[in-house]
Amino acid sequence: MSEIPILKIRDCLLVSIQVDMHDRLAMALQDDLTQRIVADRARGVMIDISALEIVDSFIGRMLNNIAAMSRVLDAVTVVVGMRPAVAITLVELGLALTGVRTALNVDKGLALIRNIIDNSEHPDAHRAG
Amino acid sequence: MPDDNLVIAALIEKHQQTLLRGWLAVQKRDGGASDSGDADLSKRFLDELRAGTAAGQFNDITTAEWKGMRDLLEDFSRERVAQGFTPTQTAIFVFSFKEPLFEMLRRELAVDADRLAEQIWSLTRLLDQLGLYTIACYARTREEVIGRQQQELLELSTPVVELWDGILALPLIGTLDSARTQIVMENLLERLVSSGSEIAIIDITGVPTVDTLVAQHLIKTISAARLMGADCILSGIRPQIAQTIVHLGLELNVVSKATMADALALALRRSGKAVVDRARTVETRGSGE
Repeated sequence: MSEIPILKIRDCLLVSIQVDMHDRLAMALQDDLTQRIVADRARGVMIDISALEIVDSFIGRMLNNIAAMSRVLDAVTVVVGMRPAVAITLVELGLALTGVRTALNVDKGLALIRNIIDNSEHPDAHRAG
Repeated sequence: MPDDNLVIAALIEKHQQTLLRGWLAVQKRDGGASDSGDADLSKRFLDELRAGTAAGQFNDITTAEWKGMRDLLEDFSRERVAQGFTPTQTAIFVFSFKEPLFEMLRRELAVDADRLAEQIWSLTRLLDQLGLYTIACYARTREEVIGRQQQELLELSTPVVELWDGILALPLIGTLDSARTQIVMENLLERLVSSGSEIAIIDITGVPTVDTLVAQHLIKTISAARLMGADCILSGIRPQIAQTIVHLGLELNVVSKATMADALALALRRSGKAVVDRARTVETRGSGE
């Protein structure tokens, strides 16, 4: 069983899903990721799904779960690189992934996480702006 | 009665010129003729008819013997559609042939009433089939034209415009149905990826009515864009449409602006850009000194 690598970029974790997800892999990923968030004191998690051509309700739920778990551990989750066809399918399935933030690519995802972290650290400055 | 069939073929051959003249006169009288080229067409029709009857096939025009005739009628119908003729004017071309044909038969077979009736009956059936085939071709060509126009309309009416670096606009024109929404959605999402834009302005100034179905389609498009990491701003909502949306109890859950200008201003602000009025800046700087 191949493992999904988790890369650390400053205080963010990058997970790039390149293979088809199945139950055990998803469980393993959730396990690894939560441990790494705590161990690395990460503030953001980026999940790159640009390689996925099929995202079904199972993966949709997994993404939602990861986002919820990270939130509990005070980290922001951003899903990046979703393909147009995948987005359309998810909408047709009625899975809007409301708990998950999204970005077009890794670059913009990183900027978004930076932005969110900065705003949460300086809430007053944000409110004034 | 193969002999009779041959008789008819022979009669058509023999009276070709008379038939043609009589037929063209009837066409002109009934208004089924175009200005030019019908004499040639009618002659070809006669040739095909002679060939078909000579082969002895009267009941079924879908066979190989009538292939030439079917091709001729198809071309003819297509031409008539292109020239804007009505179905009646098109069908009259075939049906008007009955008059000179039956007249000729009456002259030739006057002595034998039974045979005359028989021949007229079988020829009527044949010409009716040919006429119906012409109408069917006409309708099919019309449908092709309509289908092509629909396709063109779809392509024409769903442009995605790049307003600024990172800001796309999608001016929607016409009613949104499921097929169009699909194309609009795909176009928009593809462009979001290729241009790396984070903001899309959906302008519905050109959408005549917003009912629950259209709203549903809009919501789908906006949700899909959000899933990809882009924000949508809805603009161009007319006062009546705002009232309709509220009366229907629709929740669009999206930032909406009355005009495209407002939406663009918001989009620029969100992406950290500012529009500066040069004249005013110069003025304030001047008064400050």
